[in-house]
Amino acid sequence: MPERIEKALLSPQRYFLAGNIACAEGALAAGCRFYAGYPITPSSEIMEHMAKRLKEVGGFFIQMEDEIGSISACIGASWSGVKAMTATSGPGFSLMLEGIGYALMTETPIVIVNIQRQGPATGQATRPGQGDIMQARWGAHGDYRIIALSPWSVQEMYDLTILAFNLSERYRVPVILLGDEVIGHLKETLLVKPEVVIFDRNKEKGKPPFGGELIPPMPAFGEGEALLVTGSTHNEWGVRKVYHPEVQDRLNRRLCEKIDKNRGEIIRFETYFTEDCDICLIAFGITARSSYYAVDSLRKEGIKVGLFRPITIWPFPEEELKKIPARKILVCEMNCGQLINEVQRILPGKEILGLFKTKGEAIYPWEVMKKIEEIL
Amino acid sequence: MSRHLYKYLREEVFPTPFCPGCGHGILLQAILRAIDELSTSGHLDFTKMVFVSGIGCGAWIPSPHFKADTLHTLHGRAIAYATGVCLTRPDLKVVVISGDGDLAAIGGNHLIHAARRNLPLVVICANNSIYGMTGGQVSPTTPEGCLTETTPFGNEERPFDLCRLVKSCEADYVSRWTVFHTKPLIKAIVKALTSKGFSFIDVISPCVTQFGRRNRLFSIYDYFQEIKKVVISYEKAKVMGKGDLKGKIIIGEYD
Repeated sequence: MPERIEKALLSPQRYFLAGNIACAEGALAAGCRFYAGYPITPSSEIMEHMAKRLKEVGGFFIQMEDEIGSISACIGASWSGVKAMTATSGPGFSLMLEGIGYALMTETPIVIVNIQRQGPATGQATRPGQGDIMQARWGAHGDYRIIALSPWSVQEMYDLTILAFNLSERYRVPVILLGDEVIGHLKETLLVKPEVVIFDRNKEKGKPPFGGELIPPMPAFGEGEALLVTGSTHNEWGVRKVYHPEVQDRLNRRLCEKIDKNRGEIIRFETYFTEDCDICLIAFGITARSSYYAVDSLRKEGIKVGLFRPITIWPFPEEELKKIPARKILVCEMNCGQLINEVQRILPGKEILGLFKTKGEAIYPWEVMKKIEEIL
Repeated sequence: MSRHLYKYLREEVFPTPFCPGCGHGILLQAILRAIDELSTSGHLDFTKMVFVSGIGCGAWIPSPHFKADTLHTLHGRAIAYATGVCLTRPDLKVVVISGDGDLAAIGGNHLIHAARRNLPLVVICANNSIYGMTGGQVSPTTPEGCLTETTPFGNEERPFDLCRLVKSCEADYVSRWTVFHTKPLIKAIVKALTSKGFSFIDVISPCVTQFGRRNRLFSIYDYFQEIKKVVISYEKAKVMGKGDLKGKIIIGEYD
């Protein structure tokens, strides 16, 4: 198995760090040795930290001329056999989407961190938002499946960045870490464990790198494999076959199937008091923190509220959500309603309400509590 | 194509997709001849080369023809992808081959920044002054007054002189040749492949199908006659006035 256990880069102890720094450290712990990026608030600290730390661990850093260049350089580095990451926020993420599409088609493992802010356009550059959920899922062109993770604490910024690399390497898919400004700039305790589980890509030579099996091996450049890598429709050896309907169909179906068939291993979520709840909150990222607090307070008053927190926003934990017995569902998010559409699709017939906030500030616990008391 | 160069090619991809009269086949051979010269003298290992290209006819020169590691990327982004490869793998020789639209229009920003950084890249521009694959639209190197699908009344914009542009960013090696100057072109590619920093070669390549058809150059012979008329060496051009150089193609090494 290419899975191995490695000593953590940082000495195992408690740290007091901001989320963005924890994300950068998580990437380094996961084996990331290439970072290309372009400054954008509120993600820049990740790049600044990487600029310094990558030198120390023998990696490569470059500040590119734009976000398109950044993701392109990351894909180039990934095919050179190095784990690569870039970080950005909404406007930069939009620019990267074509590159994400290329990474999907060529099955290139990369990690893209999106520290979300309020948009559209420049919007509120220094304020938190959660408006890029659907952009992460459907932003690139064509038909595909993707993995997006949503951290709710500094600890998870570290842990989920490591997980993002592992999932990305295992399934040969770009993985998106969907944080938000609060999580990025929030400082709290981070516990670094002595060991990290690391997954390295399967490099088996002589096998077709784009088919033959669900997740084919991925050799690197310079290993004598004469790799043909193209974003055009290609057969299992990478040869362009743009006039072959069955080749496109086979390729596209496999790109989707490798995520669909492994949903069980990819999906992560957390529940809190959901076994007996009347009202179930669905929230992720910093919004889930407020919701968690609200559940705690309301439970003390005897109100049966629960919380369902998807950690993998994509693929969404559908089956697990269906098991929750709640009468009413309240989806809390820092946008005008995006994830609620997905929840309505999964739970037809249930009463589904939304608490949306686009003021550029986090949803406060009392706002959640007030809303629950209204709908009780 | 010379038999001894077949070892560098994926023969299963032949016949080539290039139109009759296209200069890209000659450029393909020139690149391989330069590589062959360097590999037989032990200065280069073909298995340690990575060819990166964007989108368009020029981008099809290495991908899928070359039996080496090739990265056929998004439109305009070839140099950015190559940046990632050459930074992480200094042991590999990274060569970008793409067209004028790809490198100078959509990819213009990456071109000047890679030149400014003096990255160890070789960039070869297969310059046919038109968008060939998308049906003959104006490109940033289309000469003034020329007819294209999107300039039906003649191109009103001034073209880029890519060599002067890249040279102004202090790239290591810059030169321009046409595919009719094969011997000096091969020499230039050899020089580019052996230089340390950023090397750029602008190769004027005829496109009879898209450019020629619209501008009264109906065959490769007509093209050759036209290029013979307008081409001028860099040394000669130095002592000529700006007015005399209008419409000329300056070939040679830029210092």
